[in-house]
Amino acid sequence: MKPRSRLLLLLSGALALAAPLPSAVLAKDTVKLAFIGPLSGGNSAPGLGGRNSAQLAVQLRNADPAAKYTYELVTFDDECKPNVGIQVATKAASDNSIIAGITHYCSAVGIATVDTYSRFGLPVVVWGAILPEITYGNNYREIHRVNGTMMNEGKLAAEFLTKQGYKKFAVVHDTTDYGKGQNKYFTEYLKPTGGEIVATFPVSPDQQDFTAELTRIKELKPDLILIGGLTPLGVRLRAQMDRVGVTAQLAGVSGIMTAGFLEGTGAAGEGTISFHNGAPISKYPQGQAFLDAYAKAGFREDPDAYGPFAYSATNLVMDAIEKTGPDRKKMKEVLNGTKGYKALVGEINFDDHRQNIVSANVYVAQDGKWVYWPDSDYAAGKKKLAKN
Amino acid sequence: MDIGILAQQLFNGLMLGVIYAMIAVGFSLFFGVLDVIKFSHGDVVTVGAFSSLGAAALAGGLVALPPALALASGIAAAVAIGALAGVIIGRVLVLPLRHAPGVNVLLATLMAGTVLREAIRLGVPNGGNPKPFPALLPGGAIQAGSFSVGIDSVMILATGLLLVLGTHLLITRTRFGLAIRAVAQDGEVARLSGIDFQAVVLGTFALGSALAAFAGCMLGLYYREINFNMGVLLGIIGFASAVVGGLGSMLGPIIGGFLFAGVQTLVVVALPISSAYKDVIAFAVIIILIAIFPTGLIAERRSERV
Repeated sequence: MKPRSRLLLLLSGALALAAPLPSAVLAKDTVKLAFIGPLSGGNSAPGLGGRNSAQLAVQLRNADPAAKYTYELVTFDDECKPNVGIQVATKAASDNSIIAGITHYCSAVGIATVDTYSRFGLPVVVWGAILPEITYGNNYREIHRVNGTMMNEGKLAAEFLTKQGYKKFAVVHDTTDYGKGQNKYFTEYLKPTGGEIVATFPVSPDQQDFTAELTRIKELKPDLILIGGLTPLGVRLRAQMDRVGVTAQLAGVSGIMTAGFLEGTGAAGEGTISFHNGAPISKYPQGQAFLDAYAKAGFREDPDAYGPFAYSATNLVMDAIEKTGPDRKKMKEVLNGTKGYKALVGEINFDDHRQNIVSANVYVAQDGKWVYWPDSDYAAGKKKLAKN
Repeated sequence: MDIGILAQQLFNGLMLGVIYAMIAVGFSLFFGVLDVIKFSHGDVVTVGAFSSLGAAALAGGLVALPPALALASGIAAAVAIGALAGVIIGRVLVLPLRHAPGVNVLLATLMAGTVLREAIRLGVPNGGNPKPFPALLPGGAIQAGSFSVGIDSVMILATGLLLVLGTHLLITRTRFGLAIRAVAQDGEVARLSGIDFQAVVLGTFALGSALAAFAGCMLGLYYREINFNMGVLLGIIGFASAVVGGLGSMLGPIIGGFLFAGVQTLVVVALPISSAYKDVIAFAVIIILIAIFPTGLIAERRSERV
C-alpha cells in the first residue's frame, strides 16, 4: 500500500469514527420500520386501525427519553391483494434502511409474501393474518406472529356453536387461502361434535349477488350459516339474507368482526356471532391506557379488532432493536426467542415456529357494537339468538 | 324442489336478467347507429350508481327529505350524469374516430372507462371502499309459503321491465326512434333526407348511457352496496349478452341478458359446490352459443337494425 493511500484510509477511518459522535449528542439515530396492511379497499378499516395503532406505538416510543433510537414508520398499502402485497413486501425488504416489518392483515397476502421476507432477510411480525401456514407451513426464521391462527378460531367456533344447540350448518366461504382455510378447520373440528354441514358454497371474494346461493340455503334449512370470508362478503350476504327470507342464525370468522360489518349491515347485523383471537381491549390490564392514548393522538379511524396486535407487534420489534441495535440479523435472534414478553394483548410466547400461543374468544353484535360474549345480553338470556 | 323455492330462484334470475338487459341494450344501440363497441359502458353503470348515492346523500343531508324525494333526486342525478357521460364520450371519443378502424374506438372507450373508474376511486372520499347504499324504497316482503320477495325488489324489477319496454317503444314508435333507425340503416342517406346526424348519434349515446346509469341506481337499491369496481364485470356481461342475443337488434340483447342470468342461477341451483364457477360456466355457454349462432340468436336484418 502506498503511503498516500494509507493516509487516505486513516483519514476516512477518523471521519467514520468522528461522524456518529455529534449526532449521538444532538439527536438519536433514526430506525425505519415498515408497516404493511390493507389501507384501501373493502378491508381498509382493520388496515387503517392497525396502521394507526402501530403509529401510536412509534409516537409513544419517540416521546420516551429513555429510548436509544428515534423510530420512523414507513407504511405500505397491500390492498389485500397477493400481487400488490409481494410488490410492496419486496420494496420494503430490499430497502436496507428498514430493519423490521409489522405485516399483513389479509391471510392471502400474508402467505404470499413469506418467501420474499425470507429471501431478503427482513424480520417481520404478522399482526392480523390468521392462516396457520404463514408460520406453520414453513420454517423461515424471519416470520413471527403475535395473533393466533384460524385453527384456534375454527375449533372454538365448532365447539361453541354446537353447544348453543345448532346442529345443521351451511358454510359460505371465499375461494382465497383465507376462506378455504376457515372452511377446512371448521369442518374438521365440527366432526367430533356431531354437527352436520348440509352445504358448502365456495364463492369469489368480490361476488355481488348471493340470492341464488341463499335461496338454495333456504331450501336446505340449516340452523346456522357460517361465513368464511372478510367484511365485504359478510355485509353482502347479511343484506341479501333478508331479501330472500333466510332466518338462520349467522356466524362469521374474525374477518367480519369489524366496525365496517356493523356499519354496512345496520340493524340486520344484530345478533351475528363472531370469533376472534383477541380479548376485548378493556379486558387487558393496559387496555384503557391504550384507548386513552389512541383517542389523544387524534386518529380518524378506530383501532378496530386487530389494532392492539399491531401495537403489540410494533413494541415487540422496537424492544428487540433497543437491545441489539438496528441490525436485521441480530434483532431477529432476539425476536425468535421471545418468551414471557409483556404486551398489550397479554403475554407473548413464541413456539418453535415463532407463533404466539393464544386462545380465541366469542363475540356477538349487540346494539351496533361487538360485545364480548360472556358480557352480552345474549349470554345473560335477555336477548335470543335466531333459531330455526 | 318445492314450487316456492323454484319461484324464488326464477325471481332471482329475472332480477339479474333485467339489469343485464338494460346494460346490453346500450351496447346494441351504439353498435346499431355507428357500428362501434363502447367499452366504457360498464363504468357508466358505476357512475350512475355513485351519482344517485351522492345526490340522495346530499339532498338528504341539506334538508330532511322523505325517502321518495331523495330517491327521485338520486334517479334524476343518475340519469342526467349518465346521459352527460354518454354524450361526452360520444362527442369527444367516438364521433371523431368513426372513420378509423373499429379497434381504435374500442381501445379509446376502454381507457375512458378506466378513467371514469379511477376518478371515482380517487375522487370520492374513501372511494376505494364499498359504500352502503340507503334503503330508499319501502321495506316489507310478500310471503307465500316458502316464497318471499321484498316489495322493493318487485318495484325494481317492474321498473326495469318498464324501462326496457319503454326504450323499445321509443325506438319503434317515435320520430326520434325513426331518426335512430334511419341513421342505423344508412347514415349518409339519413343526412340527405334532412336528419341531423350528429344530434341523433349523440341522442342515442345519451339514451343508452342513461339506461345504464339507471341500472346502476337500481343495483344500489337492490344490493344496498356499491363499489367503484362493480362496472367491470357488468360491462363484460352486458357486452356478452348483447353479442349472443344479436348486436344491433333490440330484442336480442334482452334475451341475452336473461339467458346469462338464467345460466348463472341454474348453476347454483344444480350444483352448490360449483357456485364459484358460475361465471365461468355462463361465459362458456355464451362461447358455445356464439359458435353456433355467429350473428346472435336474433340475427341482424339490416332493414330492422336500430
